[in-house]
Order: sequence, then C-alpha cells, then structure tokens
Amino acid sequence: MNKWEDNKAWFMVIPVFLVVAISAIIPLMTVVNYSLQDIFGPNQRVFVGLEWYKDALTDPRLHAALKRQLMFSSLVLLIEIPLGILIALMMPKKGWGASLSLVLVALPLLIPWNVIGTIWIIFMRPDIGLLGAAINGFGIPFDHTASGLDAWITVMMMEVWHWTPLVVLLAYAGLQAIQEAYFQAARIDGASGWAIFRYIQLPKLRGVLTIAVLLRFMDSFLIYAEPFVLTGGGPGNSTTFLSIYLVKLAVGQFDLGPAAAFSIIYFLIALLFCWLFYQVLLKIGTGDKS
Amino acid sequence: MARIELNNIAHSYIANPRSDADYALRKMDHIWEDGHAYALLGPSGCGKTTLLNIISGLVKPSEGKVLFDGKDVSALLPQERNIAQVFQFPVIYDTMTVFDNLAFPLRNRNVPAAEIQERVKEVSEMLELDNVLHKRAANLSADAKQKISLGRGLVRSDVAAILFDEPLTVIDPHLKLMLRRKLKQIHTRFKLTMVYVTHDQLEALTFADQVVVMNEGQVLQIGSPQELFESPQHTFVGYFIGSPGMNFIPCQMDNGNARIANLKIHVGASSKNLKGDFELGIRPEFLKLRKKQENDTLPVTISEVEDMGTSKIVTVNLADHTLKVKVEENREITFDEGFLEFPPEWIRIYADGDLVETGMEKSPDTLELTE
Repeated sequence: MNKWEDNKAWFMVIPVFLVVAISAIIPLMTVVNYSLQDIFGPNQRVFVGLEWYKDALTDPRLHAALKRQLMFSSLVLLIEIPLGILIALMMPKKGWGASLSLVLVALPLLIPWNVIGTIWIIFMRPDIGLLGAAINGFGIPFDHTASGLDAWITVMMMEVWHWTPLVVLLAYAGLQAIQEAYFQAARIDGASGWAIFRYIQLPKLRGVLTIAVLLRFMDSFLIYAEPFVLTGGGPGNSTTFLSIYLVKLAVGQFDLGPAAAFSIIYFLIALLFCWLFYQVLLKIGTGDKS
Repeated sequence: MARIELNNIAHSYIANPRSDADYALRKMDHIWEDGHAYALLGPSGCGKTTLLNIISGLVKPSEGKVLFDGKDVSALLPQERNIAQVFQFPVIYDTMTVFDNLAFPLRNRNVPAAEIQERVKEVSEMLELDNVLHKRAANLSADAKQKISLGRGLVRSDVAAILFDEPLTVIDPHLKLMLRRKLKQIHTRFKLTMVYVTHDQLEALTFADQVVVMNEGQVLQIGSPQELFESPQHTFVGYFIGSPGMNFIPCQMDNGNARIANLKIHVGASSKNLKGDFELGIRPEFLKLRKKQENDTLPVTISEVEDMGTSKIVTVNLADHTLKVKVEENREITFDEGFLEFPPEWIRIYADGDLVETGMEKSPDTLELTE
C-alpha cells in the first residue's frame, strides 16, 4: 500500500498547525520557560525549577485574588444567565418588534471596552454621574473610588450590562429554534406557562446555555478591562482579580518568573473549570434514571 | 366521545381575503361522526393541516363554527376541547421518563395519583411501552416516541377525538405497518373519533372508514375508499388516488358515445343528453387490453411495459393520448399493437373536473366496503 498517497491530507492540515503553533503553542512554551527561571536582566537568568510555582501556590495575595475571582464569576453566572433567559423570553418572536429589540439588546456588545469604561466612570461619579449622583441624592453614600463594595457593585453592573446581551442573543436563538408543535402539544396537554418553560424551553436551551455559561465564565474569569479602567483594582485590593494581580506582578514589579508561573496556574484553573462545566452540563438531562 | 360538526368553516391566513385563492381552507360543512375513523388526504399545502388545527383549536377559523356534540367550542382553547393531537414528528418531553410523559396531561389536570398510575399502566401496556416506562423518553427510537405522543392523548379519559397530523412521516417503513395496525386496534377498542391527516393514499385508505380528499383548500370528495376508487367525484381525486392514477382523455360527447379523434367509445344510454367537450376517465385496472380486435375495442400501440412485482403497467397510445393499463403479473405482452376495451360500467365523464356521468346503473352510494 502506498502510504504517501494516503497521507496527503496532512498537507492540508499543516497551515493550521503552523498558525496554532506560532500564535498559541510557542508563546505558551516561552511562558513555561520563563516560569522555571529567575530573570534579573536580558542575559542574567538562573534556573530555579518549580520554585515560582511553590511561591505562587502559597501566595496569600494570589489566594485572595482567586477567591475574589471565583466570587465574581459565580455572581456573573448567577445574574447573567437567568436574566438573559428572562429577557429572551420577553422579547417578541416576530415582526418589527423582534428586529428592534434585537438591535437594542445587541447595542452594548458593539461598544469598545475602553469606551464602556469611560461611560461607566462618568455614569457612576458621585458628584456629576447620572446614576452615582442619583443614588447619593437619595441619601445613600455611593463612591466606587472610596468603598470596596461600591467598586464591586459598579464592576458587576458594567459586566452585566455589557455581557447579558450575549446570553440574551444565544437564548433567543435557542428559543426561536424550538418547533411550534412542542408548544401546541403542551397546550393540548394543558401545561401551564411554567411547565412549558420547565419541560420544553429550558431543556431545549441546554445546548446554547452550555455555550453561554462557558463563554461567560471564561470571559469573567479573565476580566481585566472593567476593573482596570474603573479603579485599577482598588480601592485597596477590593477589585484586584486574578488578571489585575498578574499584570501588577509582571508589568508593575517586573517579576517575570513568578508572573509566568502564575499565568500557567491561572490557565490551568480556567481550563479545569471549563472542563468541569462542560461535563456537568452535558450530563444534565441525558442521564437515564433507571 | 364526540360528534364534531364544522359549520360553514373557512380560514384564511390573510387578514382580508378577497378571492378564493386567499383562503387556505375554503368554505365547508362537515360532520365527523362519533367513533369513526377519518382520513384527510391531499397533497402538501392543500389545507388539510389547517383543517385539523381548526378542529383542535390551534387555529381559530376566520369564518364559521366548530361544534362538539352540538355545543359551540369555537371560542375554546385546545386544552378545553378534550381532544388530543399527534404531530408529524414525535413531540415528547425530553427530560422526563416515559411514565412522566404519559402522566403529564393528567398531572396538569390535577388527576389523583392513584388514577394516574392506573391509566398510565393501562395505556402503556396497550402501546407496548410498559417495559420502558422508567427510561428517559429522549433515548427511545422514533416509533416509541410517536407512541408516547399518542399515549398522552389516550391516557385522558375525557378525550373526545384524536387528531393525527401525518404521524408516520418519520417512522421507518417496516415499523409503519405495525404502528398503523396499532392505531386500528386502538380505534376498535376505544371507539374514539379519529381524524388522520396524510398525503399517503395507502395510509389513508387502510386507516379510515371515510376519506376526505382535499386540494387547494377545497374538499373534493368524502367517501369510503371504494367510492373514491370507483367513482371519483373530481378528476383530481381520480388522479390522486390509485397507482397509477385514473386515465383522463378529452372527448366529445354525442348521443351516448364519446368521440376521441375519429374513434368512438360507447358510454351508455344514460349519457345520451350530454353534448360537447368533456373528459372521459377510466381506471387502469378496468381497461382491458386484447391482442385481437373484438366488439367495441379500439386500436392502440404499446409503448412501455413496467413490471410492478404484483402487476404490470402497460403504457399505450390511443390516437394522440397516453393511457395506462394494469394487467396481470404473469401475462406476457409480446405484441406492439393491440386493442383496448372500455367497459361502459367503469367509464366516468367529467366536465370542468367534476363528475357528470357515471355510466353505471347502480348508484355508488349503495356500495359499502367490507373488510
């Protein structure tokens, strides 16, 4: 048998391999390389083995950032997924109303991240910001530059405002794909609105919701722009999430070795969570009760 | 159980219908007798699903009334009408077990648990679903799923009629037959009114006592399979039912004879007063192909012989017209030129598509199909 003939297809795959290698694997390997050395200057390096990994794993500031991060991502999922489904359910299914609501919902997704930061900084300013001043006007002191809680609330609002539309669009597409006969059958079976949601819409949305949860988790787990623009991780360390801490370490203190070790750990954590979510969501609804 | 009456029903999906063409379903009256099995037969887009959805209440007709046992239900929602519907593809609740699926309509109606248990048990045994009752419905095959959707209708003790919207479309051919037999069984056991929508004539003819043939939003004929076969009221019915469909040849009627080109076919004394342009229709099954000329035969040339397995279909040319003739499987057609006999009792004469003359002495209404 002529093996050469059979393996010609590999040539088709080579360009993709090259692109992936150059854009992802080689930089990743550089990071692995950094993470095993102590770097003093361009030509002064010492191999330190797993030293930085040990440091990173026992670093209390990293633990704090990780806890903050998990808290943040969980809240993001808990708010954005149900809110997204709710909005998608309320949107008109056809006619001009459908197009209009789609455009309105998608608007936040079209705005560049730094503009979003600026919008919200001004919007939340306690002295002149529309919302910030209004809240203070009600007698509730609100200042995201002074209070950790207020900074959290602001970042959360930015995140929810910016990214819930993505969940809405996914859920809306999922709902539109459900065939009319399901609703007709449910009506004939005398199902209530809640039962229709629970037994038809929600199960049929499983696929798109898996994607929504994965995307929103990944994205919020890697959040950087919003807290960076707003307070740079402050006040104090209250909004120092993992990526903010990482950048402080790498760029602020130029500790390349520890920062590299940290990125690898960060990467693995994100990967682990995605895998877990994926597995759990696949299992839901497919297992057999018997 | 119920007798379903359609009173001047018409439906259009357009807000202000002007012409007949704007109607998905043109004005019709019909009574679905209690406990009978009906089939709605017609090509895709002929309005049969619209008609079915009007009965179930999923579509509110633009005109007319729907009555169940004399009671006007036009304004009632599907869940208030005591009907069940089985759709083209199996509609099941993916996350539930088979048991929960079957129990769902009862639970929604707050039926006591003990009764649910009993009803589900009975129905699942009959549908042969009892051994998968506690399996997740999503993991079953298409025919089992379709049985579940049928079962959800059967568990309800209040169900008056079951409506089927091409329920066997997604089922494998060898399972179709079994499922069809099951439907028959259920019909004889529960004596439910059943309305079955299909575009497959074989399904319609084997399932129903009465077949409603529709085309372009219009009911063309309602009758037993035999009536539809022997006396199509419309050329479309003749063409649509039967395989191959009825032969139609334009002809001139004159003094009880049909003239085709320079040929003459004797139709019968009852057609004596017909004059002018008509269409002559005759089933391929009733034409007789002969090798030698006899009385009342016309010369034809044979252009094709197809072996269908149980019979042969011979395509012949008569003057400029093509006709199909069904002959016995074991008959060898060795000649190129033959003679065709048109038995007068099977000749039908149509004007503008409608039947005007049966040529038969007996009225077709007196015939009953016995199985």
